[in-house]
Amino acid sequence: MNPDNRKIQTIFQAVKTYVKDGNHISIGGFTISRNPMACIHEIIRQNIKNLHVYAHSNGQGLDELIGAGAVKRVEIAYSGNGRFAPTCICFKRMVENNSVQVEDYSNFQMALRFLAGSLGIPFMPTYSSLGTDIIEKWGFDTELRHQDNKIAREKIVVFDNPFVEKENIDRLVLVPAINPDVTIIHAQKADINGNTRIEGLTFSDVEQVKASKHVIVTCEEIVEKSTLKEDPGSNHIPCFCVDAVVHIPLGAYPTACFNYYDYDPVFLEAYKTIASDYKRFMEYLENDIRGTENHSEFIQKIAGDKRIKSIKADLKKGYSVGMKRK
Amino acid sequence: MKYTPKEMMIIAAARKIKNFDIVFCGTGISILAAMAAKNMNAPKSILFFETGAVDSVLEEIPLAVSDSRVMYNASSYCSLVETFGYMQNRNTGKNIIGIIGAAQIDKYGNLNSTCIGEYGSPEIRFPGSGGACDVASFVGRTIIFMKLEKRKFVEKVDYITSPGWLASPDGRKKAGLSADGPTCVVTDKGIMGFDKNSKEMYLSEIYPGVELNEIENNIGFQIDTTRAQGTSPPLASEIEAIRKKSDPERLILD
Repeated sequence: MNPDNRKIQTIFQAVKTYVKDGNHISIGGFTISRNPMACIHEIIRQNIKNLHVYAHSNGQGLDELIGAGAVKRVEIAYSGNGRFAPTCICFKRMVENNSVQVEDYSNFQMALRFLAGSLGIPFMPTYSSLGTDIIEKWGFDTELRHQDNKIAREKIVVFDNPFVEKENIDRLVLVPAINPDVTIIHAQKADINGNTRIEGLTFSDVEQVKASKHVIVTCEEIVEKSTLKEDPGSNHIPCFCVDAVVHIPLGAYPTACFNYYDYDPVFLEAYKTIASDYKRFMEYLENDIRGTENHSEFIQKIAGDKRIKSIKADLKKGYSVGMKRK
Repeated sequence: MKYTPKEMMIIAAARKIKNFDIVFCGTGISILAAMAAKNMNAPKSILFFETGAVDSVLEEIPLAVSDSRVMYNASSYCSLVETFGYMQNRNTGKNIIGIIGAAQIDKYGNLNSTCIGEYGSPEIRFPGSGGACDVASFVGRTIIFMKLEKRKFVEKVDYITSPGWLASPDGRKKAGLSADGPTCVVTDKGIMGFDKNSKEMYLSEIYPGVELNEIENNIGFQIDTTRAQGTSPPLASEIEAIRKKSDPERLILD
């Protein structure tokens, strides 16, 4: 944890300080909602490689990171992007050509693994996946599990409930805790000390943050501590869990940020064509991500003011009402 | 009134949902079936998304379960740990009905949404379980949504992502799963049930205008078709429930 009380940084500083080559990193958000895109693009700009990524159902962010060649391994439950991509396109290509190693769990199991990490315990039990190949098929071999001590020695362990009589067999699945080097999330509001409020669904962001050694929070607005204190029940992350706070309006774009803006259906549709063509994707990385200085320049380049206006959330409903999505 | 096979499929699934069911729905047509049920036969059913939104009022169709549209006007929010907890907990889980899909299915209703070929170096990679394995493990009533195709209905799935009845009538019990499993498979040509004793798939309903050989020719294993009954065609009010009230822009219907 960053002991400094003032945690405001630029995205360049935050990524430079907390995201290193070969790190184990967890990404917040869910498919087309609240992905920390500005932070992901900065990781691509700084050309950080060999990442080991943990996510439950991350969509757009993970796909761009994988496509950029930043990811060596991924532990995941789901890589799809709703109607925009039944299977994320770069993920599919890179797994099929063995450029990235993958180990599969279910969404609940990934959430429990983050929860175990957040509680400081080594595993959590569940009944999910008994009898399936999630237990049988492992993505990482024993050698790799011994080489990298951050990877659990076993993917999963089937275990009998020790609290019942032996004849009443009660079988459970134990899933190992995750404690990432760094977790990146995007939220609606934070104060300069790192106290954070997520509006709408939190998914597993809170557990991901609490399980992690370092945390970067990007946010739509920096607010006064007193503003957050008016309604403590709505704040999800206390300051002492956070290392860096970065103010980036539209930081989840092109994914949605409840109460602020919707996903951009025009870009997500265009992304299908971009990601499907390796050459076109490389051009996107060079011209649109690495070729721009920061997230606001990126947005100006690929979307522009008119498009951003079209995705602006209705103040009452939290999304862009009647937005053209076809 | 004319209708498409996809519309028949959505209506057929929606008819299986009852008032007071808590409906867990995934992305795409399963959301549409749940929305249709609310506008048809089960106005008191409760929508429930794995992302944590409970009892959302959907004024526009969500394009993913994380779509902000599921967050508006929900009764409560919870985290991923809690949503699946509601299903694993037998007390709250017993009223939950799950609607899930996959790329492959076998005669016991085991589902593959992970890969074709070797897991370590797949020919085709799919998105993975998401919450489907959790739903299939915990929930005693699941509706499976699949297009009837030979490459999808196979003797043996390449990877069991979500457990059906596993490999025998007492397969789930032996594995340690909830005793009840998949209820039916809703396809674009008819509906399959699972035999009470053998737990093997059989044809329970055939849609109007569909010939038996269209079903037999599109399935990769032997299936008992002797018990099949005709499905009643969609009512005008049911078609209206999906076209006008659920997906007027035809974002999922097309």
